[in-house]
Amino acid sequence: MPMRKVMKGNEAAAWAAKLAKPKVIAAFPITPSTLVPEKISEFVADGELDAEFIKVESEHSAISACVGASAAGVRTFTATASQGLALMHEILFIAAGMRLPIVMAIGNRALSAPINIWNDWQDTISERDTGWLQFYAENNQEALDLILAAFKVAEDERVLLPAMVGFDAFILTHTVEPVEIPDQEVVDEFLGEYVPKHAYLDPERPITQGALGFPAHYMEARYTVWEAMENAREVIKEVFEEFEKKFGRKYHIIEEYRTDDAEIILVTMGSLAGTVKEFVDKKREEGVKIGAAKITVYRPFPIEEIKALAKKAKVLALLEKNISFGIGGAVYTDVGRALINEKEKPIVLDFILGLGGRDVTFENLEEVVEIARKAMDEGVKEEVYWIGLRKEIL
Amino acid sequence: MAVRKPPITTREYWAPGHAACAGCGPAIVMKLATKAFSEAMEAKYGDPNAFAIAHATGCMEVVSGVFPYTAWKAPWVHVAFENAAAVASGVEAAWKKLGRKGKILAIGGDGGTADIGMQALSGMLERRHNAVYLMYDNEAYMNTGIQRSSSTPYGAWTTTSPPGKYSIGEDKPKKIVALIAAAHQVPYVATASIGDPLDFYRKMKKAASVDGPAFVQVLAPCVPGWRTPPEKTIEIAKLAIETGIWPLFEIENGDFHNIKFQRFPKDGKFKKPIEEYLKLQGRFKHLFKRPEAIEELKNQTKELWRILGKEVELP
Ligand SMILES: Cc1ncc(C[n+]2csc(CCOP(=O)(O)OP(=O)(O)O)c2C)c(N)n1
Ligand code: SF4
Repeated sequence: MPMRKVMKGNEAAAWAAKLAKPKVIAAFPITPSTLVPEKISEFVADGELDAEFIKVESEHSAISACVGASAAGVRTFTATASQGLALMHEILFIAAGMRLPIVMAIGNRALSAPINIWNDWQDTISERDTGWLQFYAENNQEALDLILAAFKVAEDERVLLPAMVGFDAFILTHTVEPVEIPDQEVVDEFLGEYVPKHAYLDPERPITQGALGFPAHYMEARYTVWEAMENAREVIKEVFEEFEKKFGRKYHIIEEYRTDDAEIILVTMGSLAGTVKEFVDKKREEGVKIGAAKITVYRPFPIEEIKALAKKAKVLALLEKNISFGIGGAVYTDVGRALINEKEKPIVLDFILGLGGRDVTFENLEEVVEIARKAMDEGVKEEVYWIGLRKEIL
Repeated sequence: MAVRKPPITTREYWAPGHAACAGCGPAIVMKLATKAFSEAMEAKYGDPNAFAIAHATGCMEVVSGVFPYTAWKAPWVHVAFENAAAVASGVEAAWKKLGRKGKILAIGGDGGTADIGMQALSGMLERRHNAVYLMYDNEAYMNTGIQRSSSTPYGAWTTTSPPGKYSIGEDKPKKIVALIAAAHQVPYVATASIGDPLDFYRKMKKAASVDGPAFVQVLAPCVPGWRTPPEKTIEIAKLAIETGIWPLFEIENGDFHNIKFQRFPKDGKFKKPIEEYLKLQGRFKHLFKRPEAIEELKNQTKELWRILGKEVELP
């Protein structure tokens, strides 16, 4: 029988790792995800997880050791956030290029400067081009579930790409919620043992990994990463279906909430989706036709799902806890890509909010809806808005 | 007449056809190191192939693993410039879990070891991974076209330490990474030179057979980087030992009071002057117009020996 336990998001991530039975874990502490390696060390110390835990001297070495272990053919896990993820940046490309299905939990945190330990999505968003799959959790249960699903997708032979699962700093990493811990046997059935066919450092059958690719081969190698990412769309759907069968919880690449007949749809990710859904309920009671959509899978980007969503509304209001300077939120550019050749498309507005742990309040969301309604009635005047800025201290 | 067993194994892991320059010192290192490793693995585990290689970016990685070819007959992985030691840590951990018997060989140049890879190396040694780190020291970044590293010797020309009106070339003493490695109190640390291949071979075997981490730093001349004729590679590497500029030693468990030396003159007097070593190399050519720089190099060499516990005389 699945067990219910009240736990922090970090513990949920550590539990997911325990259930997935990686053989090697290498991690380095960083707020807010420090508890993940701590908890895993406890599991290993108590013999509840039979893994090698490498206490590396940096995140760069954490991911490098994971690449080494994965290249040697074992299931591998790590966790980090923010500056730690940024320090891994170089190796993230390599992990994807070498097609190593490493899974990494990220307590989504802002990047310096100014140094800030609180939540936004700048860390993972900034790694969107590395070739890693990206999932975002709304709550602690999702953090656990998506990590398990991420292993399954990453290790699928049609995919073989590393995956990161983000869950918001403090809002999830440090907040206790009831989480259902699936039975080990069911997880074992779901994941199976990882048996690599392409990456193994076996003296019986020596292979060379990580070779130099001349111009004659480089593009083809990169294309296979593109192809794998495309394949992941279907695989993720299959995995989510199987997940539902095994564990009873249904996941969607984009989860829609009260979008039928909605004029304005607030599109968001991570824990903010919880706030937004509640806000939608409130506005619906007031008779305002709005809905919400939560992007659970950000890479591969859900292009078809966004197109479908766009058909439903007059305005897509993107709520983003990240910024790509000089253009707007990253999701904004992605949504633009999805809709650019559509004949009929809604107004798309971008709202930058909640950076560095600033609360996103109902007042902020009211303002968003206000701006969206104005754009609907009077046409688009601006496209990118910063919401909740304290103009008096600028 | 009895056939003598060859002093080194005839097994090959470094295949002919790699793309290194003619006379490449590090290429000789690859060949000897893997052979020595296989002998050690055979003795220790009964399986000469019981090892894998984690390689740092650099000349030897680039010339050996050009897709779709490979010069390696052993399992081999390259990830990046600065992380061979961390990658080796991961491979070793995976092997432990897979119950695979054997040892990991991490390989990096002086740049990938003395500079950018220093932290990862320290981590690997400190955590006591069962791996050997081999630093082939060609005393500059050769893969990017001969820039100085912290292992470039005093006075040497490189493209980023050019001699000029206000410069004698590289103006800092060479960093001796072996001493840093030994400070981690790991079971085995050694310096070597391909000028004494059997000594290097023995040291690699020793490194591979100890339990836990080991570090070997081997001097290996680079033809274009040192501006030397290809046929002089071994002679130069020999002269480095004979002139005293490159001490050969072993330190076990960080015991600096019991350093073992090889090829050290009993009376502490080196017979061949350092000039003999320098004059064969284009990278030191300019020093012969600056005798005070050669004096300085000699003083630094004496100082290094003094730190190692030996008073020496250099002609
Ligand atoms: C992070 C990073 N910085 C710089 C480089 C470029 N680079 C590749 S190899 C190399 C120098 C290698 O020097 P060394 O380790 O001494 O080996 P060698 O080429 O001399 O054999 C440099 C600077 C790189 N690959 N990665
Ligand atoms: S440049 Fe130097 S190290 Fe590189 S292959 Fe040529 S001789 Fe060897």
